[in-house]
Amino acid sequence: MSLDTAAASGEGQGPSGRRGRDDLRFALRNPKLLAGGTVLAVLLLTGLVGPAFTGGAPNAYVGPQYAPPSGDHWFGTTSFGQDVFTQFVHGLRATFTVGALGGGIAWVLGMAVGFLGGYRGGLLDEFLNMLTNIVLVLPAMVVLIIAAAYLEARGLLVQSLFIGLTTWPWAARAIRAQTFTLAGREFVDLARLSGRRPWRIILREVAPNMYSYLVMSFILLFGGAVLIAAGLDFIGLGPTEGVSLGLMMHHSVAWGALHLGTWWWFVPPGVGITAVVGSLYIANVGLDEVFNPRLREL
Amino acid sequence: MTVEVSELRVHYRTLRGSVQALDGASLEVGDGEVMGVVGESGCGKSTLGKSLIRMDGRMRHVGGSVRLGGEELPIADDRAMQRFRYHEVSLIPQYAMSAMNPTRRIGRMIRELLESRGVRYAEVRRELERRLELVGLGADVLKRFPIELSGGMKQRVVLVLSTLRDPSLLIADEATSALDVANQRAVAEALVQFRDRGFIGSMLFITHDLALVAQLADTVTVMYAGRSAESAPTSELLRRPRHPYTRMLLSAVPEVGTTIDESRQEGIPGSPPALLDPPSGCRFKDRCPLAFEQCATRPPFIEVASGHRVACWKAE
Amino acid sequence: MLTLDRVSKVYRVGTFGTQPLNAVRDVSLTVPPGVVVSLIGESGSGKSTIGRMVLRLTPVTSGAIAFDGRDVAGLSGHRARKGYYRHVQGVFQDPFSSFNPIFPVDRVFDMLRGAYFPGLSDTEWRASVRRGTERVGLDPGQVLGRYPHQLSGGQLQRLLIARALTLDIRLLVADEIISMLDASTRIDVLNLLGDLRAEGLGILFVTHDLALGTYVSDTTVILRRGAVAEMGPTRQVYASPRHPYTRGLLASVPRMHRTWADADAELDSAAGPCPVHSGPGTAGPVEVGPDHFVGCFSDDACPE
Repeated sequence: MSLDTAAASGEGQGPSGRRGRDDLRFALRNPKLLAGGTVLAVLLLTGLVGPAFTGGAPNAYVGPQYAPPSGDHWFGTTSFGQDVFTQFVHGLRATFTVGALGGGIAWVLGMAVGFLGGYRGGLLDEFLNMLTNIVLVLPAMVVLIIAAAYLEARGLLVQSLFIGLTTWPWAARAIRAQTFTLAGREFVDLARLSGRRPWRIILREVAPNMYSYLVMSFILLFGGAVLIAAGLDFIGLGPTEGVSLGLMMHHSVAWGALHLGTWWWFVPPGVGITAVVGSLYIANVGLDEVFNPRLREL
Repeated sequence: MTVEVSELRVHYRTLRGSVQALDGASLEVGDGEVMGVVGESGCGKSTLGKSLIRMDGRMRHVGGSVRLGGEELPIADDRAMQRFRYHEVSLIPQYAMSAMNPTRRIGRMIRELLESRGVRYAEVRRELERRLELVGLGADVLKRFPIELSGGMKQRVVLVLSTLRDPSLLIADEATSALDVANQRAVAEALVQFRDRGFIGSMLFITHDLALVAQLADTVTVMYAGRSAESAPTSELLRRPRHPYTRMLLSAVPEVGTTIDESRQEGIPGSPPALLDPPSGCRFKDRCPLAFEQCATRPPFIEVASGHRVACWKAE
Repeated sequence: MLTLDRVSKVYRVGTFGTQPLNAVRDVSLTVPPGVVVSLIGESGSGKSTIGRMVLRLTPVTSGAIAFDGRDVAGLSGHRARKGYYRHVQGVFQDPFSSFNPIFPVDRVFDMLRGAYFPGLSDTEWRASVRRGTERVGLDPGQVLGRYPHQLSGGQLQRLLIARALTLDIRLLVADEIISMLDASTRIDVLNLLGDLRAEGLGILFVTHDLALGTYVSDTTVILRRGAVAEMGPTRQVYASPRHPYTRGLLASVPRMHRTWADADAELDSAAGPCPVHSGPGTAGPVEVGPDHFVGCFSDDACPE
């Protein structure tokens, strides 16, 4: 019932109607998407509301040192007496921020370059293609390390920006290829003859035909950004302020948690990163099955 | 050899049910005859062609039979058909060469294809070259790559290759439809020449183009919604069509040189029935100006004059 | 109304675009109001490129396309282009590809509304869409609100013509609009074009099919490798073709009531010398009869 009314009221706007309803029906029946989505939602919720409940700064010294998990300190404490659970929920928030910002920047750049190049073609496309290939072959991690090492104050924003600026090329290439094919279709010519401006044609005619693809590329870029951020943090090039899951791993290893056997210090951030990225990929595979009729299990 | 298809029914399995693509197709091709099979998209003509040589996984033989020279073709049995394919029943599809490996020379491709059919290349090589010359291609075409040949040349190579074992029945499914008119004529004339020389027994020339059929076919079968509507010698069918569908179809096709100002022609109102759940009785009745109560039962496909069969209650 | 003056199109192909490909060469023609001009040619003859250049979907390399005396290529800015499309519209070959598959078919109309009829109320707009649909012989209730895959190719093509008619169009570029339709519905679309012609619409009818090209056209232009081989009043071109290429086409096109052999016999008389190289020495096609132009026989047939 609710689906029917949603489709009826959404008529004429966006790819709603029957097709959208079909997608939703398949989405709700896809176990991979449901499982990945649920894990992700729980983690996101923890990151969003957790900090409000734990109270206090994540790096404050609040308890005994090396305390194993207990009722007072759910995930135990660090060698300095910081509460690991507080750090974990703040770290989750940072991880999601980096994923959304870094992945988002890369996504927007990838779409801008891909749509523009694929739709316009010609010299502009050749230039953008060249740019894409150059950034693609740059050893991004090395550039990130060098750049990060030169910056004195590093925050989440700067880190996200770096990640965003270096990871967009593959998305741009794929989007360009799809746009190129779609732009040659006759309905795009017809939109041009209808006195539509190019950006409207891209947004209203071309993009809706690849929504599924765009959603999936955002998920992959998000996961990629989380992983790269964790890597940077782990080798000590993360934000100089604050806390993140990667930084927690970095500190735990730097202060000998592995030797001392204080597993509660490094296991939560490790599991957190794995869970975020893993559930993203599983959800992505599920989405692929939903969007791609050939993969739909009937 | 003669080909007799009687009441052939082949359905497609789909998620929503079975599509009755071929639901009572009948035709008879005499020895050495070229029969044109015409109809619009979805009339079952391509399904008919496929059924006679290879059914794909979604196709199901529901009823009817195919006899080649008096012997029943086991069309539903993929393995039993293996013996007939290529040697007895051969096919020229629309885009045969485009589907082939562009990095292989044509000679090598032909060798591999022949050997996969159990034919020794060395034994047939002379005949292959002779026939290539007959269709206006030199033997050096064997040393070239598919990309170096025009569409018309490719179809002629495919024609020679597919008839190298002198099949009793050749099925040409829209074999010339992708070509320009000059090449279309060359390939069509080569087909007739091969028949005249005895390289081909009978031929089913499947096309949507009535005018092309008029050029090369001895007899024509018009199909509509999975069934044979009318079958007659070509000139008879063109001059004295008896089925209302054939009549309307003929008057919907303008001849070169006629203009709208001289004679305005009309199309056929409506569209063919969906074959997932087709109406009972005559399948043309909803579009037919002559339809009456009896059309609710299926008209038999019967002979009304010598060699002229029609499935219509109103045809005498 | 529409004039093409020595229009050429060169595509750059190959690595770094070093190889020129002459898709259209020095084509000149006019489409007056109420006249159907058929552009007939085989694939690669440049016929569709000409249509696309007229619709400004592909830039012209050299030469000029003018509509009512105003240069079409020079229309700069969104407003000028919008003004042009108010009078000049196109319909393309593949009806299924002309509709965005994920939206109901009404969308082709709604796209026009934003750009051309912002002031119309919903009721007025719907009424005008229904009128357009009825004008092309469709029942609005049966087609509007449906998805493209639910309609037949013939219905879709007629909807696209209806879309163009919503505007104040004076020239329609019909690019192979019936080649994907079945024989029984084709003629209806052609008849519709004939009716619109009678109402004063100029039509540039692009096709590869000689029979369909003659049925509606007043002027026939035969294109070969991007250049005009022969051009003239349709009756004239079909009755007494002068170019060897046209003669070859007419001899090869299958006809229902005449065999190929008879067609050869009819055309048995020689085509005569190439009028371009035996004539006054002008570069373009030469007038051999009233409004009947013949291009250079070129390559094989021209002795020069």
